[in-house]
Amino acid sequence: MMANHHDHSHGHDHHEEHEQLKVLGFWIFVVTDCILFGTLFATYAVMMHSFAGGPTGKELFELPGIIASTFILLTSSFTSGLAVLAMNKGKVKELIAWLAVTAVLGLAFVVLEVNEFTHLMHEGATMATSGFWSAFFTLVGTHGLHVSVGLFWMVALMMQLKRRGINAVTRRKVTNLSLYWHFLDVVWIFLFTVVYLMGVM
Amino acid sequence: MTQHQNHGGHQDHGSLKSYVIGFVLSIVLTIIPLVLVMNQMLEKTALVITILVMAILQFVVQLFFFMHIREGEKPRYNVQTLILGLVIVFTIIAGSIWIMMFNKY
Amino acid sequence: MWEDIKDFASTFFVTGDPLIYGADVSIVLTMLAIVFVLTKYKKWGWLWREWLTTVDHKRIGIMYLIASLLMLFRGGVDALLMRLQLAFPNLEFLHADHYNAIFTTHGTIMILFMAMPMMFGLFNMVVPLQIGARDVAYPFLNALSFWLFFLGAMLFNLSFVIGGSPDAGWLSYPPLSQNDFSPGPGQNFWIWGIQISGIGSLATGINFIVTILKMRAPGMTLSKMPLFSWSVLSSSIMIIFAFPILTITIALLFLDRFAGAHFFTMDGGGNPMMYLNLIWMWGHPEVYIVVVPAFGIFSEVVATFSRKRIFGYKSMVWALMAIAIASFFTWAHHFFTMGTSASVIAFFAISTMVIAIPTGVKVFNWLFTMFRGRISFKQPMLWTIAFIPCFLVGGATGVMLAVAPADYQYHNSYFLIAHFHQVLIGGVVFGYLAGIYYWWPKLFGFKLDEKLGRWGFWFWNIGFYICFMPQYALGFMGMTRRYYTYGWDRGWEDLNLVSTVGAFMMGIGFIFQVWQITYSIKHGERDTTGDPWDARTLEWSIPSPAPFYNFAVVPNVKDSDDWWATKQAKANGTYKEEPVHLEPIHMPKNSGIPIIMSTFWFLIGFGFTFGWVWMAVVGFIGVAVCMWVRSFQYDTDYYVPVDEVRRTEASLGRVL
Repeated sequence: MMANHHDHSHGHDHHEEHEQLKVLGFWIFVVTDCILFGTLFATYAVMMHSFAGGPTGKELFELPGIIASTFILLTSSFTSGLAVLAMNKGKVKELIAWLAVTAVLGLAFVVLEVNEFTHLMHEGATMATSGFWSAFFTLVGTHGLHVSVGLFWMVALMMQLKRRGINAVTRRKVTNLSLYWHFLDVVWIFLFTVVYLMGVM
Repeated sequence: MTQHQNHGGHQDHGSLKSYVIGFVLSIVLTIIPLVLVMNQMLEKTALVITILVMAILQFVVQLFFFMHIREGEKPRYNVQTLILGLVIVFTIIAGSIWIMMFNKY
Repeated sequence: MWEDIKDFASTFFVTGDPLIYGADVSIVLTMLAIVFVLTKYKKWGWLWREWLTTVDHKRIGIMYLIASLLMLFRGGVDALLMRLQLAFPNLEFLHADHYNAIFTTHGTIMILFMAMPMMFGLFNMVVPLQIGARDVAYPFLNALSFWLFFLGAMLFNLSFVIGGSPDAGWLSYPPLSQNDFSPGPGQNFWIWGIQISGIGSLATGINFIVTILKMRAPGMTLSKMPLFSWSVLSSSIMIIFAFPILTITIALLFLDRFAGAHFFTMDGGGNPMMYLNLIWMWGHPEVYIVVVPAFGIFSEVVATFSRKRIFGYKSMVWALMAIAIASFFTWAHHFFTMGTSASVIAFFAISTMVIAIPTGVKVFNWLFTMFRGRISFKQPMLWTIAFIPCFLVGGATGVMLAVAPADYQYHNSYFLIAHFHQVLIGGVVFGYLAGIYYWWPKLFGFKLDEKLGRWGFWFWNIGFYICFMPQYALGFMGMTRRYYTYGWDRGWEDLNLVSTVGAFMMGIGFIFQVWQITYSIKHGERDTTGDPWDARTLEWSIPSPAPFYNFAVVPNVKDSDDWWATKQAKANGTYKEEPVHLEPIHMPKNSGIPIIMSTFWFLIGFGFTFGWVWMAVVGFIGVAVCMWVRSFQYDTDYYVPVDEVRRTEASLGRVL
């Protein structure tokens, strides 16, 4: 029963294999995050008309800012893809540069969102205003939080790339990060459609 | 650790071309619903369905052109997990709406 | 100043009940005793290096097991206190408020801090060994999961002596769990204790899915994988889809309480029924999450002790997967009475009954495996045989509850209480106990004493029926759950007294088991073969207790009961000895980050519980720093040289 397989089970191959495992695990994590957002969307859908006499989305949403954030995030999803392309070509500097562009776009997105939230609160729509606004702030805010965590991660990763270059570990990390970033863009598309577009109809 | 380019052929996803196609398609699929909504070009139910379909299409575009769902080693456990996950997401959302529809006040 | 401190202490600490003061004293004494012993025998370094920082799945499994047995004790004491209070009408043993707190903590602890960790303990102790792996896919994450669970559980249990226990039921339904009705920190303890341990559970789910899918020994295709591992896969799939729902649901409840949001409030457009809808989307899969691994254990035990291959392997696998998926489509049967449309009720009634089909398939398969087998009634098998009728009755009453019109009568009565205790004790507890008896020798190198175990077994079993059968009748007689007392005029006193006697018999059964463990540490039959039960799967091919790297040489699997097939081949003389080729073994290094990071999570939970935002901020910063530090660690593994492997194997009596 005991056999001498695994002839090449150590050294780089083992490492590569192990890093591949982590990519699958991260995929599964992203799917669990889909469920997380799905639950928030379900709550939003149920609370969609629970204004309790307070302001409605239609009254307060300002589409121009939202459209700007949408295209910014979409572009950042694209640039994070370009980062992966640079990595596959083995170009560390280009990789870091594209990640930096992605991070700047992400930061701009977060700033716009914070702006939007302050504006809304100024207009009298807070978490405590009504079921609708509770659901709104939680759904959009959770997405914003995810983007912020992604930025934190991106900075750490750029530092590691600078120090260690492209290897099995950093390669896996860049792959996962770009996957995460694309995922956040997809969530935003649904947010944009369900919350904002349907909100102003 | 040395560099591992083209490891096993399944790690170097995509090409510049596929990213650009995905990006352009995404932009188009964002602009269409935007224009439809801003100008109220359809009646409400049709509009809702159309923009939801556009969002789903864009999701599919990103899956194929950005996340390279077709690549990767077999069996594709990630795809299986994703499909099952989407079924559950649909259940959560549709189920909540259905159950709570009769409980509004 | 002194007055301020006194004021603070009188609200911060739970006061007024002699039971609680007694608990305070015993907690302090236990802590002092632990510190004293560790210091006297200079064991702090050992504790830190060998246990607190370990990433070895077997040790993590043992820690889960110990924690879950402690929680079983606490939850069990809660149960006995409740049964004492209900033993006679109009008793004033517990106040109404205290009773509320006790049934809340009993339920939460038994499901989330007893069943879940015991299950994770079994996952950890068995799965890598059974599939021929050297560890789980992510050992570091595994340690983190354990510490998140442990500190979440500790946070929850702290509510007993600090701040006050939650008392709005085990699922904290609003509006009762909202600020208006539960203003104290109790509900916050509930929320954060579960939230923190829930993150750990989710991570464990991901970990075991990848472990099972990707780390099986060569030759072990999915269709040759042992059924326990299949059941873990099924359970893990449910975990990854169900736990995010829980995370969000209780986060929303917390926002209602903390930020004045209106998700589940009575005003401001909130809707408490939405909470029920969401929590049961997690809650229903949750009960299958804990029972499915028990099914896996029974499948292993039945095959081993009937000395036959399991009957209907394929249908078993299909049933496990069908249960996993179907469990997500039945949640509304927990609130049929909320008043929704007939079509919703019809759908959920039928989907609930459908689950009985795969479950029935499994029961028949176990029976057919035993049929014409050479059954030996060792402890694991005893629990398995006790399980079948118990679970069958519990399942049948479940189908009765699924009949929606009838449910309007049973709803929240003692009928329901009896039903779910019958499936949870008869299914989950009996199953896990069978598993613990079965795999104990593999983990510790000795068997648990048969005789004491049998005493425990019979007390548990007879006690179970005496305790819960009367409750079905009490339900029909109109007794609803969560009554803290009742009058003589109701005519419930006889059955309640009987039920209390049964509960105490189960308590005695537990004491026998504790005795059994302590006795067996010294006197238990040692396992020198590594295969004390003459079993069938890979974990029995290595020495007991297993060396830290599990397999000196990773096995090459050819059969679904590979170890059995190997033994048969050896007996027939058809076994071909293959040359052994040792190689350095790749292992993960220990890490202190999991326990430190979880401690920061504890601070987050504790801070939010009392509304001390500064403390939560410190916690969040700590968590972020831990993640940052971990991300910059690249030197996280090492190789065990061939010589060391050879020496270790020799010390375990194996010559390679």
